[in-house]
Amino acid sequence: MKKDQLKIAKKKFDSRLIVGTGKYRSMSECAKAINLSGAKIVTVAVRRVNITDKKKPILMDYIDPKKITYLPNTAGCFNSIEALRTLRLAREIGGWKLVKLEVLGDKKNLFPDMIETLKSTEVLTKEGFEVMVYCNDDPLMAKRLENVGACAIMPLAAPIGSGLGIQNITNIKIIRSQTKLPLIIDAGLGQASDAVISMELGCDGVLANTAIAKAKKPFEMALAFKNAVIAGRQSFLAGRIEKTLYGSPSSPTKGII
Amino acid sequence: MKKIKKIKIKINGKLSTINDSLSLLEYLKKLKIPLKKVAIELNQEIIDKNKLSKIKLKNNDKMEIVHFIGGG
Repeated sequence: MKKDQLKIAKKKFDSRLIVGTGKYRSMSECAKAINLSGAKIVTVAVRRVNITDKKKPILMDYIDPKKITYLPNTAGCFNSIEALRTLRLAREIGGWKLVKLEVLGDKKNLFPDMIETLKSTEVLTKEGFEVMVYCNDDPLMAKRLENVGACAIMPLAAPIGSGLGIQNITNIKIIRSQTKLPLIIDAGLGQASDAVISMELGCDGVLANTAIAKAKKPFEMALAFKNAVIAGRQSFLAGRIEKTLYGSPSSPTKGII
Repeated sequence: MKKIKKIKIKINGKLSTINDSLSLLEYLKKLKIPLKKVAIELNQEIIDKNKLSKIKLKNNDKMEIVHFIGGG
């Protein structure tokens, strides 16, 4: 069978699951969960170095950026200026060009501010970044992001960390049908079946953080998400049967005694 | 003997008093900052890490040193 890889900005990845590195109880728990999830891309945040306590563990000591692709994220940015500043700094740390843009518009529901997101995507693309963009499940905005150079569209399933699963399957289907760009469901997944549904809709990947990090057993959930993404992808590629209103017997009717 | 002048700078939001004779590179080495794992911004401008030894800190400079941490 041909290797089915996730392709983003001409790079190939062996897993279609992207995992966030926030909310874990410790760095070692985070590293183990990522290992179990099989993820080859992890999102990371840019924050101040602790100048006074240098013994505090550093993420790079636990997750090797040479083995796992770090995807710097602008989580916590509420306007274009903050997001651009964050990603320019991220690029400076180690030359990262593949980034995730996330410009939030409201502290309560953490929905993206799509005007600021669109503006930032355009600027970053012109500066040579490859921008994966967190966005609303709005086909029109998704198209506009594509038009200004986004390298992947990342619509939310539901508010970040809510665990509600995909709320608008129709919109995700429309976005899928209109774009050839990698489509990755980002935010709001709660359990492995949400990942299966995402993949069965034809999405190229999913991003999960809270669903794994805050599960009662994060390691088991990391494994469940790994398997779910594989199962969902295989199911999509296999092609589901048509739905019918009535039953159709699975055993032959000929020769019934 | 030449008297060492002190200057005040803000680093990651905290005020610090340092010798004004220090280059940025010397100062960061003194703080034991792992240069390969961070980015440095001085007065809102990103600093090329190859040029750290050529930059001298001035009074009221504002510096940010950032790195990657866990995030979604």
